[in-house]
Amino acid sequence: MIDKISPSIDAALADVRDGATILVGGFGGSGVPEELVDALIAQGAKDLTIVNNNAGNGEVGIAALFKAGRIRKLVCSYPRQVDSHHFQEAYRAGKVELEIVPQGTLSERMRAAGAGIGAFYTPTGYGTDLAKGKETRVIDGKGQVLEYPLHGDVALVKAERGDRWGNLVYRKSARNYGPTMASAAKVTVAQVYEIVELGGLDPESIVTPGIFVTRVVKVPRKQAAYRAPAGGSVTRGISGKAAATGR
Amino acid sequence: MSYAKLTRDEIAKRIALDIPEGSYVNLGIGMPTLVGNHLPKDREIFLHSENGILGMGPAPAKGEEDGDLINAGKEPVTLLTGGAFFHHTDSFAMMRGGHLDIAVLGAFQVSVSGDLANWHTGGDAIPAVGGAMDLAVGAKNVWVMMEHLTREGASKIVERCTYPLTGVGVVKRVYTDLAVIEVTPRGLMASRLVPGLAFDELKRLTGVPLSLSGARAAA
Repeated sequence: MIDKISPSIDAALADVRDGATILVGGFGGSGVPEELVDALIAQGAKDLTIVNNNAGNGEVGIAALFKAGRIRKLVCSYPRQVDSHHFQEAYRAGKVELEIVPQGTLSERMRAAGAGIGAFYTPTGYGTDLAKGKETRVIDGKGQVLEYPLHGDVALVKAERGDRWGNLVYRKSARNYGPTMASAAKVTVAQVYEIVELGGLDPESIVTPGIFVTRVVKVPRKQAAYRAPAGGSVTRGISGKAAATGR
Repeated sequence: MSYAKLTRDEIAKRIALDIPEGSYVNLGIGMPTLVGNHLPKDREIFLHSENGILGMGPAPAKGEEDGDLINAGKEPVTLLTGGAFFHHTDSFAMMRGGHLDIAVLGAFQVSVSGDLANWHTGGDAIPAVGGAMDLAVGAKNVWVMMEHLTREGASKIVERCTYPLTGVGVVKRVYTDLAVIEVTPRGLMASRLVPGLAFDELKRLTGVPLSLSGARAAA
C-alpha cells in the first residue's frame, strides 16, 4: 500500500541536507508552510538556498531561518517589506546572497524545472537591470530574455487537504506558488490541515496530483487569521470555487 | 490663473470612469489600489490579483478578514460571486500573455517614449521587483497613475528615466494630478488639464516636448 503520510513533521524533513535548495511556498503571510519551516529550523540544515516570493516576515518562518543564520542565498522577487528585518540585517551584513527575479519569471522558471524545459525566452525584464548579463533575442519584434529552470532539492508547500497518494487541494489565495513548487523539486513535502480517504477529494478538483508530492504531513489547524486584527477571523463561504477548494 | 491639483481619489476616479465594462484589470500596489473604490457600480469589471484571484472584491468588514484571501499588497480582500482562484504560474500567464486589458501602475518616472521606472530607486535601497515587470510587458494597456511632479517640483515625465527601468516603451497613458498624457508615436499628447491650468504652464512644468491633444500641429 502506498502511504505518503509522514508519521511526524520531523520524519518528513529528516533527509534535508546542508547546502540544499529549498522552495518555500507562500506569498506574504498566505500559503506559508510555517510548521514545516519551524521543523526545518529544528532539523538544523544550514547553508541553504531559499526560494520564496518574499524574505520572511516578523519573527516566524523564513525570518526565523535568517535569524538562525541558516540561509546562504535567497532567490526572491520582493524582499522589501517593513517587517523583513532579519533578512535586511543579514543582507546588509553581507551574510546572505540575494538574487532578485521578476515574480512571473520566478514562477515560470520553477514551472520549466518541473516540466522538463531546458530554458525559455520571456519579454519580462528586457532592457532592464535584471536582464544584465543574460542572453537576449528579438522574437516577433519583441525583446526577450533567456531564463533557465530553477530546480529545488526540496519543496515545502502548504495545502488545505490531502490524501495518502499525495493529492492536494488548497484554500483561496494560499494556493499561490504551491502547485508549481511541488512539481519543481526532487522531494516535495506538503503540510495539510486535513487528511482524507482516497476518493475524498473530487478528482475534477484536485489541484496538485500526487505524482508531484513525496510526503504529506498533517499539522494542527490554525485559523487563517489575518495578522492585523485581534480576535481571529471568520471564513466566509463566498463562492462555489471556494467551497470546492477550501473548507 | 490659479488651479487646484487633483487629489489621489480624484485621479483614481478619472481612471475608474475610463475602464470599460468587461475589462480584465490589475491595479498595482500603492496609489492605483484606490481605483478599485471608484469603479462604477453599474459596470462589471474583473479585478485580477497577481497572487491568484480573478473577480477580486472590496475589503471585508472588520472582523471578517481571512489570511488566505489577500491582494498583491497583502491586504485582506473578498471574492465576488463568480470569482476564481488559480496558482501563481497561471496568474502570471494571464499577465505576461496579454490577457489583461489594463494594468494601472504607480511610477517614479515615465519617459517620452513610454519607458517605465517604478521598481527601484537605485543606490543603497534593497531591490524588490515583484510582478511589476511582468505587468509592464504583458498588459494590453499600461496606464500610470502618479503625481506629475516630485516633492521638489521636478517633472516625473522625463526625456530619459534616471531610475532603473521596469519596462521599455510600455506605457500608453499617464494620469497625473494635473492632466492626462497619452504616449503616442508622435510624442506626448496632453488632455483633460485641471481647470485653470494653461497648456503653456503644463508644458513648462513638464519640461519635455508636449502637444495639446486635439490641437492642430503648428505649421
